Amino acid sequence: MDKSQLNDPFEKARLEKGIGHMNDQGDPVQMLLRLKDVRKAAHQWKNFQSGGEDIGRIVVPSEEKIRDIRQIPFEVDPPEHGEYRALVEAWFKRPLEDEYQEKLHKQIQSLIDRVLQMDSVEVVSELALPLQSRALTLLLNIPYEEAETWIGWGTHVFRSEDTALDGDKANILYKYIDAQIDKAIADPGEDLYSVLLDADFQGRKLTKEEVKGVMILTFAGGRDTVINVVTNTIAYFAEHPESLNRLKKEPEVIGKAVEELVRYFSPLTHMGRVVTADTHVCEHAAKANSRISLCWASANRDASVFEQPNEVVLDRKMNPHVAFGFSHHKCLGATHARQILKTLITVLADKSPEISILDAKENIEDLDQFKRKVGFNSLHVQFKYTT
Amino acid sequence: MVKITFITQENETITVEGNSGSIMELAVNNTIKGIDGDCGGVCSCATCHVHVAPEYMEVVGPPSEIENDMLELDDNVTEYSRLSCQIPLKETLDGIVLKVAN
Repeated sequence: MDKSQLNDPFEKARLEKGIGHMNDQGDPVQMLLRLKDVRKAAHQWKNFQSGGEDIGRIVVPSEEKIRDIRQIPFEVDPPEHGEYRALVEAWFKRPLEDEYQEKLHKQIQSLIDRVLQMDSVEVVSELALPLQSRALTLLLNIPYEEAETWIGWGTHVFRSEDTALDGDKANILYKYIDAQIDKAIADPGEDLYSVLLDADFQGRKLTKEEVKGVMILTFAGGRDTVINVVTNTIAYFAEHPESLNRLKKEPEVIGKAVEELVRYFSPLTHMGRVVTADTHVCEHAAKANSRISLCWASANRDASVFEQPNEVVLDRKMNPHVAFGFSHHKCLGATHARQILKTLITVLADKSPEISILDAKENIEDLDQFKRKVGFNSLHVQFKYTT
Repeated sequence: MVKITFITQENETITVEGNSGSIMELAVNNTIKGIDGDCGGVCSCATCHVHVAPEYMEVVGPPSEIENDMLELDDNVTEYSRLSCQIPLKETLDGIVLKVAN
């Protein structure tokens, strides 16, 4: 009964020191572990910046060596950050529209129907990846068939099985996006590429490089994260059929359950910032031009804020989690991600299959001082109708 | 039915009615601009920030510690700030005026 469990490896360090240390490719990171510290640092963009010259450095592990395109608005600080964000905010709220939700429901329902017919399902590659890829066609407003190309790339955009960062894999994505931007220039449509190419920014149009920066963020930010949430959700309901039954009987709890599962899974462990001037974080010195990280996964288990932090409390009423980040740079794709999880739970609750875990290989992140399970490299399950 | 008036950032005044749930839910159901309620009301997103008209502050009451921590780092915070997801609709709020903070 513990395959779906995600332990909290940060507890001791969070209580004793408030920070952890990670040596990332010779560029150390001080990890902030307490919720209040994480939120404050996320808010203080002048002291802890996301922009700056070293593109890719705020990501941990650093992508400095494999990327020279700035992700937008993610690697830009206010006030420009807000101007870029204003261009895309409404677009990324489209998952709230009825038509979008109906299409997403149809996609997820057909995938679940399919896995219900199979003897055994490898959830990461046969459910989570196709689900994430197909849903992305809605977010970009492009034809459904395009998902097949992305499914073919495998589960990670930047990572291979044997290496945390893979420049060749990243290049496939960059070249693909270049080609799609050229296509949209030649034949504009109603997709995200065309909308961005037509957007006005500071009295001019966005450059191709800026459009590419937004698109890379959209592809990369919502891939591993959504795949982990979907896979962890299946594992959780396999071991907690009573929870699925409850959500079937009390669908009004699904909204809270989405927030709680996202808190518990925290699909993005942490995100970095670069310190702009000598300062302190949680009473520890942080030198100018060093890196800190905002550890969402640790903050979300902070017992000074969350009661029973290591339990999934489906109807948790006060849940000030930071799984989608916090403040200026909070996740742009959160509306889409929430809608995916809400729909998945709704469809699963409706079908109420019995889910048995046949085999599970955990995906453990190596954070130096900490080893954190973030999901699964593979998860074989069997879905069975109970009625 | 309880009557609630919202004043948006564009100074549009909208009065709506409800009898259950939270002020945030009422606002979202009536598409009040500036009240998004992204997290569905669990105090995690601060996208439902309002300024309560001073004369109603006593009826509404102060924010909890968790809510206060959220408000502390939000834009346009005043002594009348509340997250509307944390204010349940009740009879005593009838006629209240709330200014959308962002």
